[in-house]
Amino acid sequence: MNDIDALRPKLDRLQRGFLLIGVLGLAACAFGAYSNWTLFLRSYLIGYIFWLEIALGCFAILMLHHMVGGKWGFIIRRSLEAGSRTFPLLALLFIPLLLGHSDKGLYPAVTGSSFKAFYLSPDFFTGRVVFYFAAWMTLAFFLNRWSSQQDTGTTDGLLHRFQALCGPGILIYGFTITFAAIDWVMALEPNFFSTIFGMIFIIMPALAAMAFVIIVTMLLAKRKPVSDVATPLKFNDLGNLLLTFVMLWAYLSFSQFLIIWAGNLQDEIPWYTVRATGGWTWVAMFIILFHFAVPFILLLNRPVKRNMKALAAVGGALIVMGWIDLYWFIVPSFYPLGPRFHWTDFVTPIGIGGFWLAFFVRALKSKPLLPLHDPRFEGVVQHG
Amino acid sequence: MKRQPLYGLMAEFHSAEELLEAAKNTYEAGYRRLDAYSPFPIEGLADTIGFSRTRLPVLVLLGGLFGCCGGFFLQWWPNVIGYPLNVGGKPYDSWPAFIPITFEMTILCASLTATFGMLALNGLPAPYHPTFNVPRFAQATKDRFFLMIMAEDPKFDPEQTRQFLAELNPREVSEVES
Repeated sequence: MNDIDALRPKLDRLQRGFLLIGVLGLAACAFGAYSNWTLFLRSYLIGYIFWLEIALGCFAILMLHHMVGGKWGFIIRRSLEAGSRTFPLLALLFIPLLLGHSDKGLYPAVTGSSFKAFYLSPDFFTGRVVFYFAAWMTLAFFLNRWSSQQDTGTTDGLLHRFQALCGPGILIYGFTITFAAIDWVMALEPNFFSTIFGMIFIIMPALAAMAFVIIVTMLLAKRKPVSDVATPLKFNDLGNLLLTFVMLWAYLSFSQFLIIWAGNLQDEIPWYTVRATGGWTWVAMFIILFHFAVPFILLLNRPVKRNMKALAAVGGALIVMGWIDLYWFIVPSFYPLGPRFHWTDFVTPIGIGGFWLAFFVRALKSKPLLPLHDPRFEGVVQHG
Repeated sequence: MKRQPLYGLMAEFHSAEELLEAAKNTYEAGYRRLDAYSPFPIEGLADTIGFSRTRLPVLVLLGGLFGCCGGFFLQWWPNVIGYPLNVGGKPYDSWPAFIPITFEMTILCASLTATFGMLALNGLPAPYHPTFNVPRFAQATKDRFFLMIMAEDPKFDPEQTRQFLAELNPREVSEVES
């Protein structure tokens, strides 16, 4: 029942298509980098973090599922694993940012003699990047390897090993992503600091990744073997998790705003005054409305969660909103008066995304589309 | 001893699949006043016996909206109309500061409505229920599955219904005295 041979030609074609988009997109990016290096770097940062978030979210939800279990993980497990196997590609795609991070147009604090300049100095910055990716790749490597072992039927002690890895793994993830968010996004505005920032960058990937795997599962559910197990109840569970992440995102985002608004301190408040005035007002309103209010009300409805097409549509909208949210986080640091678009803003996410999706499809098709022999999933197929 | 009027007929099954199959047949045969009992939730059983959704979600939504508006008003009125006080030079109607309480009140009122609305709609606590007159019914919390056709069903007939249930291959059919 777990045969993907029928799907293979389709996946092959998809992979080639994505690869073509990626090559064309990155070629355009190269031209953009040649014509204006600083503007290209700014666009590339947004596009890169957008796709990195989806990979990190897949990885985090995978570890979370190994810790807490639950039948909701059965149908999305392979998509999560495929997402977590794209870290080598993402590490490679980080190179432009490594080359460009000392550009003053990106991180203003790189010059001078303050501690901030030392923190962002090339060696220290590069060292941290290497450390983050080494940690993520090592953890993802073992999770995928043991999962393949489980498929062959050897289940002895594997569950304990998964848990022994994922407990500390989640802790490591929490620290690394907090520091990565400080290094790559918070450092854009050297005077701004917020302790919730890392938490927001833990929840944004989870939200984007959940929306992404819901769309992937909806597409896979058109054919066997996933169509056999894709019941409305399973999508109901996934929809509930998506709702949880939407609420958690709103909760943390509002908490950060409330604390900074109430404190009203000189170092912190400009971050919000810039992002809530001038041309950015409408972007902020749009985010509140469509990243929280509308999806929140839609996802409260059971019919939306049980209809996989409707749920995937909400997921798609949330992914787009995730990009806008990121844009609102990053771009006001360069253009405080209002949104300004450069053509590379749109080309970089397409170029990186083409490569990323090609890698994702390649990872997805290399294994059975549903996990075999995981004792936690016994009976899922029969009893839904 | 005087015989009590009949509450319904109850059939006992060994597995969830058998119960689901029997419930399907019973509903198709035209019986509408049904109930089913199992040690664990069975997917699709509620739909099979024609159990429609309750009004509880709407009640919870109304409770939540009441808590939301009430919680906000509880802060807005004293701060803006009743006893305006300048705090840190901020405007009187500083809505961001009201949000946490508004949120908490929404959750509180919604969950209280859910708890008491549930009790009001399902008739719990019920100190007496006729099903417990069947001694074997205690097994429903362990490993047995029961299907009940109530006597108030318009199609109910003590003899014919009993025969109908017997054809579903139950382990046993018992009369439930009310």
